[in-house]
Amino acid sequence: MFVQTHCHSPPLQSASLANKVFIQRDYSEGTVCKFHTKLPSELDSRIEKTLFEDTVKTLNNYYAEAEKIGGHAYLEGCLACITAYLIFLCMETRYEKVLKKISRYIQEQNEKIYAPRGLLITDPIERGMRVIEISIYEDRSSSGSSTSSSTTSSSGR
Amino acid sequence: MKNCEYQQIDPKALATPSPAPTPSRPCLEKKPKRLKRKWEVFPGKNRFYCDGRIIVARQSGVLPLTLGLILVTSGLFFIFDCPFLVQHLTSCIPVIGGVLFVFVVISLLQTSFTDPGILPRATPEEAADIEKQIDNPINSSSSYRPPPRTKEVVINEQVVKLKYCFTCKIFRPPRTSHCSLCDNCVERFDHHCPWVGNCVGKRNYRFFYMFIVSLSFHTAFIFGCVTTHLALRSQGGNGLVFALQQSPASALELVVCFFSVWSILGLSGFHTYLVAANLTTNEDIKGSWSGKSGNEESGNPFSYNNIFKNCCSVLCGPMPPSLIDRRGFVPTEDEVRAIPAEMELPSIKTDINMVGRGPTSGHAPPPFLPPNP
Repeated sequence: MFVQTHCHSPPLQSASLANKVFIQRDYSEGTVCKFHTKLPSELDSRIEKTLFEDTVKTLNNYYAEAEKIGGHAYLEGCLACITAYLIFLCMETRYEKVLKKISRYIQEQNEKIYAPRGLLITDPIERGMRVIEISIYEDRSSSGSSTSSSTTSSSGR
Repeated sequence: MKNCEYQQIDPKALATPSPAPTPSRPCLEKKPKRLKRKWEVFPGKNRFYCDGRIIVARQSGVLPLTLGLILVTSGLFFIFDCPFLVQHLTSCIPVIGGVLFVFVVISLLQTSFTDPGILPRATPEEAADIEKQIDNPINSSSSYRPPPRTKEVVINEQVVKLKYCFTCKIFRPPRTSHCSLCDNCVERFDHHCPWVGNCVGKRNYRFFYMFIVSLSFHTAFIFGCVTTHLALRSQGGNGLVFALQQSPASALELVVCFFSVWSILGLSGFHTYLVAANLTTNEDIKGSWSGKSGNEESGNPFSYNNIFKNCCSVLCGPMPPSLIDRRGFVPTEDEVRAIPAEMELPSIKTDINMVGRGPTSGHAPPPFLPPNP
């Protein structure tokens, strides 16, 4: 990618929040939780389209799994009805289990793919399942050089 | 194109606040601030009890009356009618009555105290992002309110309009409506029920349905038992007046049950129809899907066109989590200022959104914190 590095730039904590991009919900299949897979223009230069689409598609699949109406969901529902829904007080629902899987997946994606590219995905549950919030971080030294001329890069130590 | 190499950002490092205390703030003045829970700063008109575990609407409506009527009538039934009926008929009667009573009370409390599916309001950055996307070329005066914003989506080959909520600053998902009494957007909004003192929405509809069904069985059961009781007592030439004199509480129960059984049975029948058609009261009243304005092809795009499947999806579907995270902690000001003071961003920035400093925004929350159910 880019060869020139600023040897004097401090590591890690030099990143600052530059922008936030929001991936909205896709309601074309009704009220199920699904997000648009189209890569926003602000992230064009940051991450490959396929990687991003894979992440969102995997998240969509997880949510579909959580909201799937099938044998297991009926069983859980009927059992809950018989116990006057008191079972929800002691048992973790399938949805909650899948949400935990999702947060682990997002953490793993952040560590492996997004953080190295200066991005951070926020779990949609923290935004009321409305959006996937992606924070874009700028390297501190790069934010200075983006506005000034490139003389700083050549005179770097 | 940036001519620098991006260094790997450690998500954990970003979340920690700056450890060095600023010299302008003397240490003596720093008091450990009590962390506030999110329910304490909740913007809607709701009340919270048990440190955020229980949520009710601000106006409790007639919930105390509902509860009182149920408890009093059932209590009178168990005290005055059951002994006679056990003696003369069968001891199953108080057992059945007890089971129904338990179901009624538990489902009523769950309907009243559960989050109906409230959508949390948009963070300032989200609201700004949506504002950017909406074209508003006419920007004459500040008092001019732009026309209601709508977005169209195609669901199941049908065009559905999503409205923009000015209070919550979001485009409402399909079937979501804003309750003016609670001042919240509620998912799959059915109606605001004053009898239970809460909205009925996606998360508590099944409790509400079980409440009205079990209540109709319960009132019908008490009505039948009390009638049998009085009939047995007035046998042998004694007459109804004599029976009522012997058991005056039965008269009260009879009156209450007589007037409630029709309305409750009617309501149960109506909601059974709604469940079978996968409709909400709100949609039924507004006629959202029933061929309005000459659009004969409109039907309910959310219905599975199969009564059994509709019932199962509404009543036995997966239980979605509460989105408002009432018991989570509000991030403090220290965490909000994740950018140390000396790292000021250059003033010339072309396309950067300045980060808002609200209590729930302004910093990237660590993605590995498990959400509070």
